[in-house]
This record gives sequence, C-alpha cells and structure tokens, in this order.
Amino acid sequence: MAEKKIRVLVAKPGLDGHDRGAKVVARALRDAGMEVIYTGLRQTPEMIVEAAIQEDVDVVGLSILSGAHMTLVPRVVNLLRDNGVDDVLVVVGGIIPDEDVPALNEIGVRGIFGPGTPTQDIVEFIRREIGDR
Amino acid sequence: MNLIQDTLNRDRRAIARLISHIENGEPDAREALAVLYPHTGRAYIVGVTGAPGTGKSTLVNELAKAYRRLDQPRTVGIIAVDPTSPFSGGAILGDRIRMRDLAGDAGIFVRSMATRGSLGGLARATADAIKVLDAAGYEVIFVETVGAGQAEVDIAKTAYTTIVVEAPGLGDEIQALKAGIMEIADIFVVNKADREGADSTVAAIRMMLDLNHASHVEGQGWRPPVCKTIAVRGDGVPALVEEIEAHSAFLRESGLLGQRERERVTTEFEYLLHEQLMRQFVSRVSPEQWDELIERIVRREVDPYTAAEKLLREMT
Ligand SMILES: Nc1nc2c(ncn2[C@@H]2O[C@H](COP(=O)(O)OP(=O)(O)OP(=O)(O)O)[C@@H](O)[C@H]2O)c(=O)[nH]1
Ligand SMILES: [Mg+2]
Repeated sequence: MAEKKIRVLVAKPGLDGHDRGAKVVARALRDAGMEVIYTGLRQTPEMIVEAAIQEDVDVVGLSILSGAHMTLVPRVVNLLRDNGVDDVLVVVGGIIPDEDVPALNEIGVRGIFGPGTPTQDIVEFIRREIGDR
Repeated sequence: MNLIQDTLNRDRRAIARLISHIENGEPDAREALAVLYPHTGRAYIVGVTGAPGTGKSTLVNELAKAYRRLDQPRTVGIIAVDPTSPFSGGAILGDRIRMRDLAGDAGIFVRSMATRGSLGGLARATADAIKVLDAAGYEVIFVETVGAGQAEVDIAKTAYTTIVVEAPGLGDEIQALKAGIMEIADIFVVNKADREGADSTVAAIRMMLDLNHASHVEGQGWRPPVCKTIAVRGDGVPALVEEIEAHSAFLRESGLLGQRERERVTTEFEYLLHEQLMRQFVSRVSPEQWDELIERIVRREVDPYTAAEKLLREMT
C-alpha cells in the first residue's frame, strides 16, 4: 500500500541563471526514489519557504552559485523558523568557500555540497538524516 | 498542530501535512477526512488535462490569477499531478516552475502530487486532497494531470468542469484525443495560439465535435466550446473563465451538477467498498489456499469463474 516518500524541494535562490547542477541533483534524487519539487530559477527566500510549507517537504535543497549564500541561506533558514517550520533539513549546494562553512553549520545547515560532489553522497546524506527522525 | 481544526482555519502547514498523511495512507488521515467531510462540497472543481508540454501549468497559473482578480475574488486551490517513475518510484514535480506568479498570495494554495502506485489509488488520493482544500475553504480548485489515460478519466469524474488543453502541431495527438478524451472534455483549449497552425487545430477539434454530436455532454445540451489562448501572455484567459462559469451555470440550471456529484460519490463509494470487502475477504484465505487455487486455475483444472464461486461459497 501507500508508503512514505522523502519529499525534497530543489530551489535556486538569487539571480544566477545556471540550473544545470540543480537539475542533475534533482534527477539523482528522483532516481533514488524521492519526490522532488523543482521550482526553477530566481526564487526569493519567501517563495522558497512558501513552497516548502505547501509541499510539506522533508528537505529544502538550495543551489547557489552566485556567491550570495551568506545572505540567502540565513534568510531562508530564518523564514522557515518564523513560519514554525522546525522539522526540515536544509542542505546547500554550490560554490561555498571553506571559511563560510562554520557559519552555515551554526545556523543549522548540515549538508553542504561543493561542485563535483558525487550525487550518491547527497542521496546517502539525505537518507541518513531523514531516517534518523 | 491539530490537523483538523487548523485545516478548517486554513492553516497552510496543517493542510499540507494532512495531504501528506493522505498520500502516505496514514490512519489519522482517514479520521480527519471523516470529520472534514461535512465541510466539503462547496468548492468548484476544474480538471485541466492534456498532452505533456501543452501549457497546462502556465494556463492554470493564469486562471488562478484571473479568479483572484474578479470583482468578487475567489480563493484558489491547485493540485498538480505528475507521473511517478516506474523504475525508481521517485518523481520530479515541476509544475510550480510555471506558477511563480502565485507566490505570496494567501488566497492560493498549490500542491504537487506524484501518481505513486495504482491508478485507483491516485484518483482517491487526489480526490481526498481536493476534500482537504475544499474543507479549508478554497473556492475554486484546479487539478492538473498529464496525458489521456484512465487516471485522467477518473480525475475528470472528480471535476465538475474538465478542460482539455491542446497545442498546435500535434496532429497525431488529435487522433489520440478521439479515443477517450473527447468524452471527458467540457471545454477545449488550443493554447500556444501564437504558434502556426492554431486555427487548423481549432478546426480539427470542431470537426470532431461535429462527428460526435452524440457525445454524452452534448446529448444533454452542452456543446464543448473551443477557446484559443496564449497562456504565456494571459491572452484569451478572461474568455476561458467565462466559459468555465457558463459551464458551471449550465450544470446547475440543468440539474446535471447534482447528477454528476451523485455519480462521483457512487463511484467513490463503490471503489472503497470493493477495496475493503476484498481486503476483508482475502485476509480470511490462507496464502497456501490462495496459491493452490491459483495454481489449479493455471493448470486448467478449474476455470476462474467456478473457482471464484466455490471460494465465495466456502468462505461465507
Ligand atoms: N509559445 C508559447 N509557449 C507557451 C505557451 N504556454 C506555455 N508555453 C510554454 O510551453 C512550455 C510548457 O509549458 P507548461 O505550462 O509547463 O506545460 P504543461 O502542459 O504544464 O507541461 P507538463 O506539466 O510537463 O505536461 C513552457 O516552456 C511554456 O513557457 C503559449 O501560449 N505560447
Ligand atoms: Mg505542468
């Protein structure tokens, strides 16, 4: 009968126009049996959080290549919290310099995946984190 | 979070969570649906179906905006269904890409659903998700589905008005249309009217309608109109809204609305009954007994009709 599926929102906040990486990850997650809500380019943090709520996702995946992660990611995380969403796993993919990682971890971002991360690592990370619940 | 009370208060997190519980077949979903049921039956349900890429999501986006802009704006719920991959069981649900304009409007709720398991299951999960949005007070509910299979027909039975979306240059598609989707269309849309061939697509649909005047709807006094739209620009959408409203008025005035509702409830009830009876019954047959019976039918020792009769007699 019906079974629980992991639902993941894959979103691209900010203004950069490259979503190839995000699409590759989306397909890998689908191939791993997850339901991926793909929202496309140029999402504002408000749009991302609204979609995360309406779609009741387990994971919010943000793909950011523009270098604006230190403003965008905290805004998404804060908005999620302000809306009472406290049970969502936030992961970030893109070009994130090492020195920014501790600050992102600090605000609760657990998974940070640079370019070239094997998609299998992302799949396993999500499974492990969600399975722990 | 109280899923039932908060859903009735249109709390978006509760609505979303309850739909997940429905999709996952969790027991509390059934209880919640039972409590919500008296609060349903108020929404107007519109099905939007058609081949992949014809512009259904773009059109639903524009329709939602149009309903929000009416002199008396109506709240809008949207359920966008995409297929589950048969290989992985996963899915990419991409309809929201075309619905970004709707963000930030508290009077709109958008939910993506994957088809997951069986067809009947999809139709039921979708029908139950519709009930949740209905009980939460969304006044117009659009259900987007792809293709022209049995699932679309089932979902069309859930909708009061079914819109079939075509695009120019899909000659073969029109042929395929004949097969089953003619019967479910209350309104045809030829979208992408900015492209060459829109008029001949309109003409082809009109011709099929002429050949088909015995089609069930027309027999009851409604000839499906054919609307041209350019969804990316919103062109033709106000006229489409008028046709939806005209069809809705027609159903009400002719008494067909009540008849459709009765048919829908009957189908839903029969399906549930069938499923529960089957489950109850099968639980009383031991797996060995079951396998043996199947094996005997395979070996042609008994025919399936006699086997079924005999089993029923033994078990009741
Ligand atoms: N030229 C033109 N393109 C359009 C029009 N409407 C939609 N499109 C484009 O057609 C493509 C598909 O649109 P969608 O709205 O995603 O179509 P859909 O039927 O929902 O697609 P699926 O859900 O994948 O079956 C997009 O690139 C749209 O921008 C239109 O009126 N004219
Ligand atoms: Mg679509």
